[in-house]
Amino acid sequence: MSRALPVLTVLAGIVVLWYAAAVWMNATWVYDQAERAGTSVAFRDMVAETMTQERPLLPPPHQVGAELWKGLFGQAVTSKRSLVYHAFVTFKGTMMGFGLGIAFGVLLAMAIVRFRAVDMSVMPWAVISQTIPIVALAPMIIVVSSQLGLTGRDVPKAIIAAYLSFFPVLVSMVKGLRSPDQMQLDLLKTYGAGEWATFLKLRLPASMPYFFASLKVAVAASLVGTIVGELPTGAIEGLGARMLIGSQFGEPLIMWAALFAAAILAGLLILVVGFVERLARRRMGVPG
Amino acid sequence: MNATTPVIEAKGLNLVFQTADGPVQALKDVNLTINQGDFVSFIGPSGCGKTTFLRAIAALEHPTSGTLTVNGMSPDEARRRRAYGYVFQAAGLYPWRTISGNIKLPLEIMGFSKAEQEERTARVLELVELKGFGKKFPWQLSGGMQQRASIARALAFDADILLMDEPFGALDEIVRDRLNEEVLKLWARTGKTIGFVTHSIPEAVYLSTKIVVMSPRPGRIADVIDSPLPKERPLDIRDSREFIEIAHRVREGLRAGHHED
Repeated sequence: MSRALPVLTVLAGIVVLWYAAAVWMNATWVYDQAERAGTSVAFRDMVAETMTQERPLLPPPHQVGAELWKGLFGQAVTSKRSLVYHAFVTFKGTMMGFGLGIAFGVLLAMAIVRFRAVDMSVMPWAVISQTIPIVALAPMIIVVSSQLGLTGRDVPKAIIAAYLSFFPVLVSMVKGLRSPDQMQLDLLKTYGAGEWATFLKLRLPASMPYFFASLKVAVAASLVGTIVGELPTGAIEGLGARMLIGSQFGEPLIMWAALFAAAILAGLLILVVGFVERLARRRMGVPG
Repeated sequence: MNATTPVIEAKGLNLVFQTADGPVQALKDVNLTINQGDFVSFIGPSGCGKTTFLRAIAALEHPTSGTLTVNGMSPDEARRRRAYGYVFQAAGLYPWRTISGNIKLPLEIMGFSKAEQEERTARVLELVELKGFGKKFPWQLSGGMQQRASIARALAFDADILLMDEPFGALDEIVRDRLNEEVLKLWARTGKTIGFVTHSIPEAVYLSTKIVVMSPRPGRIADVIDSPLPKERPLDIRDSREFIEIAHRVREGLRAGHHED
């Protein structure tokens, strides 16, 4: 409870600010309508009206909450209008990209730590790769993969997600695999341990704390990548597509509900990664 | 093998490190013979090459010139034959392995069977008086116990030579005294040849059958003292006349080395 209190305080603050902003942003429309009708509205009525608009500039929390509730529980989860359905599509893409990103990041880190030439040649490019805006790159990846005969969105989405999520894994793993000090390496040398044994017995386990720290960043990046992969026109499934539809068809409530569904999904993913990390830490004898 | 079989022999050994500030002569013309069952201490100020010499025996450094043999072989060859166990200043236990798991580390790498790993781990844990601590993680043990575990790890594969690089340097005086006693007991029970680097004159005199006094810049041997002390050494032997005389000679050797700077 003592840990929830500060979080709830901040949450309450956000809600208050949000309502204030909703009144302020939606008021223009109310006044415009009144002016066109040649009437005037009292402040009280104006506030009431900003809470219930069909296409508000900024929907107030209860409207977003209701839309979110409807999207999550209002129909069968297999329905195309269900946010559960769309969230699952996004989740699937996120997991594929996450897996791909981890594999790519770990393998590249191993090569960089092992071969100086790879370190010198590849590492700068890995850094540069992250400076290119993914929004610009995503449509190209989709076009190229369809040119290669990959129908559907799964593969390009996974690639875009992996493009974002491999980097934190790579940077952390390079640091983690290099973390054993000279004494520990010398110790293994006195046992006549080869490179592979040194990797398996020392470098890999020593890198685990770094690895798990990077997973939380990587899973969030993977989700962002997947949603970006769902944005370009043509996508009809996934939270990204929902957001785009909401914005294109002037349905802010759909957009905001999808946005919050994505936030909830991100929170759940972080929780799961944190749980796996705790299990691993316990197995590796970390106190507490 | 009898008591005078040489296991480590250095002849005209030189070792030069290439550093950014130019070459540094870490060892200069070192000649030394260590016999089977000897307990040899290397003592001297920082930069005298005592650790470098120990590392050269373990093939962690390679001499620039001269010969160095371990059991009649090159240090590299001796390593492949598992001739020595090495104990570093820090225990260096893997935090993600239990004490038993740490002791099994060399055994896993050397390819001992599971059953033999268990059997050997149990035996060395008893040898260093850590029986019952096998399932603990390193952070659950005191510094002294951790260092004992690292000695057990070095003993696990039954090398004839035990090389210890200031193993108790980071521990307090009381713990150090107890561990010194235990190392002597261990030495008596196992009959291993021990090379021991230390900063402490009493530690060197108390433990050794042979004390090698070294001096710095360039690192070289200033004096080699064969200890007349008996093999059986209670802690209070440190108040005996003989002990004080040897300690005096070690101090003289160290001082002489310093004057030449």
